[in-house]
Amino acid sequence: MAILINEKTRIIVQGFTGRIGTFHAQEMIDYGSNVVGGVTPGKGGQTHLGLPVFNTVKEAVKQVGAEASIVFVPPAFAADSIMEAADAGIKYCVSITDGIPTQDMMTVKNFLRRFHKEERMLLTGPNCAGTISPGRAMLGIMPGHIYIRGNVGVVGRSGTLGYEAADQMRLLGIGISTSVGIGGDPIPGSSHRDILERLEQDPETKVALMIGEIGGPQEVEAGKFAKEHMTKPLVAYIAGLTAPEGRRMGHAGAIISSAGESAAEKVALLKELGVTICPTPSLMGQTVAEVLAKM
Amino acid sequence: MNIHEYQAKEILAGYGVKIADGGLAYSVVEAVQRAREIDGDVWVVKAQIHSGARGKAGGIKVCRTHVEVEKAAEELLGKKLVTHQTGPAGKICSRLYIEAGTNIAKEMYLSFMLDRSSERIIMIGSAQGGMEIEKLAVTNPEAIIKIYIEPAVGLQDFQARKMAFALNIDPAQLNHAVKTIKGCYRALRDLDANILEINPLVLTANNEIMALDAKMIFDENALFRRHKIAELRDNTQVDSREVAAAEAGLSYVGLDGDIGCMINGAGLAMATMDMIKLAGGEPANFLDVGGGASAERTEKAFRLVLADANVKAMLVNIFAGINRCDWIAEGVVQAVRNIDMKLPLVVRLSGTNVEEGRRIIANSGLPIITADTLADAAEKVVRARNEVVVQKA
Repeated sequence: MAILINEKTRIIVQGFTGRIGTFHAQEMIDYGSNVVGGVTPGKGGQTHLGLPVFNTVKEAVKQVGAEASIVFVPPAFAADSIMEAADAGIKYCVSITDGIPTQDMMTVKNFLRRFHKEERMLLTGPNCAGTISPGRAMLGIMPGHIYIRGNVGVVGRSGTLGYEAADQMRLLGIGISTSVGIGGDPIPGSSHRDILERLEQDPETKVALMIGEIGGPQEVEAGKFAKEHMTKPLVAYIAGLTAPEGRRMGHAGAIISSAGESAAEKVALLKELGVTICPTPSLMGQTVAEVLAKM
Repeated sequence: MNIHEYQAKEILAGYGVKIADGGLAYSVVEAVQRAREIDGDVWVVKAQIHSGARGKAGGIKVCRTHVEVEKAAEELLGKKLVTHQTGPAGKICSRLYIEAGTNIAKEMYLSFMLDRSSERIIMIGSAQGGMEIEKLAVTNPEAIIKIYIEPAVGLQDFQARKMAFALNIDPAQLNHAVKTIKGCYRALRDLDANILEINPLVLTANNEIMALDAKMIFDENALFRRHKIAELRDNTQVDSREVAAAEAGLSYVGLDGDIGCMINGAGLAMATMDMIKLAGGEPANFLDVGGGASAERTEKAFRLVLADANVKAMLVNIFAGINRCDWIAEGVVQAVRNIDMKLPLVVRLSGTNVEEGRRIIANSGLPIITADTLADAAEKVVRARNEVVVQKA
């Protein structure tokens, strides 16, 4: 099963012919993802990496049945590309682009809400490493070889910290059903909670691991959801114990700006909600292993 | 990005918000000149630093003569002001704003900010101005009103009226209040600000609604399309290490510890710093070297970390995805040689081409300590730091 993507998902690349789009499209193809083409406005009709290039997402949906897209478009134009994908009927979109203005994301989220829930495109990112269902499909920029297939669902704000978690689990022989990067921006396409909802529905996923960080209300909202609606155990790690208040720690959204947003406060609130906390970032794999062993 | 009070006021004035007469001064002579140009018999000399709570730190002086203005300017220019927002290092004052004194009848609070939970702009107001809203939220939460604004339609008149009534504004000033509130919202949306705060918004003895202070924080990601705002950046208000980092395209935050860090990815960087703390050390900085870490970039990052005189040991933690460990390793070896680094260095590499990367470090002949895991790396760097401290003692 896995969630969001599998080996059949028909993928297009927005910003296909650019340097970054080209590199990662090839990596995804090599991994075995079913990439069926790409979009670069003005280059429609050309062939790139042996695949068709379209002027619009709509054409890609019509002609090659695109279902999912990955956006490598520069920040100034990324919001527009995401909305184009939603309008064309893409079901799932990953935005890798880092640096999209926050008010643009506010517009994007508002635009997505106009669609009826069943027809609404799911967006993850921006400013993320993407999504991988190991052994089936990769819709992102991660090193695919560190992920093995299994039954732990992962959702995280950070790319490299997600790699760290996958690697720790791999060394312990623990595999992943799907790992979803939701990105480090203040207004993400999907929240931890949105992804946990899907992991809860996925028969293959036995345990969920949430990798959060300082700033914003997301992790605690996810913890509340887990307490009320999840049957599967939730394990969490929150990065940023040493982060000072009011300073942006790399990610646009990683800033402690109000009460309840520091790592210590989030950990305390999550513990109260019954979430299993990884005591250190080096014990993410170990903590998941212990929870799995008890099942 | 932060800007100064006088800059925020100038912006707001352009959106129909009333402000007191005022002028900017870089010197004592200019300060007195500004006071002469402004009518009245009371002037306020305000230190322009990127921080609130300037009053308590002695950064705002009320003067009744030009001689007092001169004295205030002499005292403030070049002075380091320490507020609870600046941290112990404080911020240097190199600009003064000289403003006409205002006869205040009533102080109120008004702000707009991006609310991450609702993903909308939220307008916050209180009839009790002048104090910190965070404190008011604790002591008297009922005194705060919050109004959510739909992004597609923007702030409506009825919402502005609702806020005006909540601020206890006299019906005679209602239209002016609505104009002020809508002007603030327009400024925030038009210019890609994430926060706009007016504390206090005052009613003067002449029944005018006026912004007595103003703070605006802009979205760094939107500066590419806000050239005029980008020009307002004042690097004297930012840690010089952070300015150098920004110029090199690195994300750096200076901290108070003594273990320097270079890591790829913001989340992994925070996690590595957590590990250092859990191992008994204190990180000197946050540094995300980013995805495409070339040898040149790596050397720049090393120089930046080592420019901090407090640093006693350094940790490099790279999980290569798009990066390759062999490239990183070459960059590290080159940086250590070029800088002639003497402090202990712990390197942990993981991910793409890790064996090749480890081989390059091992064959370099340099005294680099290598680590396999995150925990191992943190323990080794804390141990190395402690040895340096013992040797010096």
